[in-house]
Amino acid sequence: MPPGLALGRHRVVGGAARDGRVEMSQEVDFDVIVVGGGVAGAVCAYRLAEAGHEVVLIERGAEPGSKNLSGGVFYCRVMEQVFPGFVDEAPVERRVTRNVLSFLNASSHVNIDYWDARLAEPVNAVTVLRARLDAWLASRCEAAGVMVMPGVRVDELIVEGEQCVGVRAGDDELRAHVVVEADGVNSFLAQNAGIRAKEPPKHLAVGVKSVIGLPRTVIEDRFHVIGSDGVAYAFVGDCTQAVAGGGFLYTNLESVSVGVVLRLDDLATKGLTASDVHDHFLAHPAVAPLIDGGELLEYGCHLTIEDGPTMVAHDLTRPGLVLIGDAAGFTLNTGLTIRGMDLAAGSAIAAADAIGAALAAGDYSQQAMDAYPAALAATFVGADMKTYARAPAFLEVPRMYRDYGLLLADVFHGIYDLDLTPRRHLLGTATRAFKGSGLKLRHVVRDGWAAVRAL
Amino acid sequence: MTGFGSVPDRLARNTYALDDGQSHIEVHQEVARATGTGKLLVRICPAHVYTEEADGTITAAYAACLECGTCLAVAAPGSLMWHYPRGGFGVAYREG
Repeated sequence: MPPGLALGRHRVVGGAARDGRVEMSQEVDFDVIVVGGGVAGAVCAYRLAEAGHEVVLIERGAEPGSKNLSGGVFYCRVMEQVFPGFVDEAPVERRVTRNVLSFLNASSHVNIDYWDARLAEPVNAVTVLRARLDAWLASRCEAAGVMVMPGVRVDELIVEGEQCVGVRAGDDELRAHVVVEADGVNSFLAQNAGIRAKEPPKHLAVGVKSVIGLPRTVIEDRFHVIGSDGVAYAFVGDCTQAVAGGGFLYTNLESVSVGVVLRLDDLATKGLTASDVHDHFLAHPAVAPLIDGGELLEYGCHLTIEDGPTMVAHDLTRPGLVLIGDAAGFTLNTGLTIRGMDLAAGSAIAAADAIGAALAAGDYSQQAMDAYPAALAATFVGADMKTYARAPAFLEVPRMYRDYGLLLADVFHGIYDLDLTPRRHLLGTATRAFKGSGLKLRHVVRDGWAAVRAL
Repeated sequence: MTGFGSVPDRLARNTYALDDGQSHIEVHQEVARATGTGKLLVRICPAHVYTEEADGTITAAYAACLECGTCLAVAAPGSLMWHYPRGGFGVAYREG
């Protein structure tokens, strides 16, 4: 059985009277309750504890990290602000110095293979396995004085009047000046509190992933990486059997994370089975050799956000309450990069700073909480959510998931297939491939223009 | 198919803490049937939790659930009750 919440912890008497409001409860168990032990929750709890506040981090998994799964690339520069030396100290897998964008067809692919030593100086992105990373984050929280409480599912917020004053888990109650919802993409708390409505399926996608164990030497030979360097593949096209979404393959130290991300509305419409699309991708002739001889270590799935910019349009705060990370909608699929953990950390830092100021002032009003979205707007998180506002609409273009990959392969086939017919210049070869593709020029021009502006 | 076995074979390698007799999933059969949600759940769940029986009812093998929430996101209103298992129970990823 998970431990009860009534742990006999000291009650902090305090909380300045709020103007025009009846003081409902003077007593709190903690300054701040953080719900959810992922990247967002752990970073927020750690920052607040470092600043000297009493913080509890509640996690429904038996161990922090045990419920968490991500594709696996963490654009981790932001973590230096919280944990200096993060890349060397945290249990990260490989440092991504090679990015491959693969336009995948049934029997061909065209890859853009970008390797750059500069991506390691400083390290810009790492592959991670969340069961390990999140456990480490929680241990850092504990060392900073956070009370980490795993194995407890928070059932609802306690709201008195307009003010969020704590959480309820089963029959137990915990009270705090501020509650931080970092409970992930499904955020039942935000939905139950009426902050978030049920998301339409087109805002969401399901990631289906296998972690496949391979010896370190095989990974180094197969992916041309040495030491702790790694590669991240992003696939578009036949990997998803034309369902909107994509495929991915990331190298870990002694395994690869490989799978698909499928937009729910399109998966529902196309009549396909989620696991079949995953299996089709792993069996694809372009992918199968990369995982050949490997041993399946884990099969998992997780819901992810396709249209973060639309999702974050809801409130991020209530009196005594803030939303961070996926619970708030902070994920970006820019077409080329898929980002969640960096935005989780960025939103957590902004929230922790605002909550710290609120605690110092004893003011937990709506206005005090709104310092968080205001601060966030000035960070990379706010800026990037704005910049990529049109990316989700662009990624709805169905031609992305079939036609363009085929066209690219036809152009290269025209170049490399020396079938004894007279050669044409590149322009003629491309024109011929284009005419054979059935694509309309106006679509291509429009998509190209939209791509450079939206992505 | 891949060389990694069926979905149940794969799930058998995962770690779960089973909450005996406490299902966190309930399919409301009439609504599920009338809306087509039942058949959708069967194919959209990556863990094959949902099965259509011979008589058309949808059963849920909650012990296999990977807790992603996809089913709830696509289910028609009133067709499905789904929440997280009790604290400490359910899937426990070792990799993630």
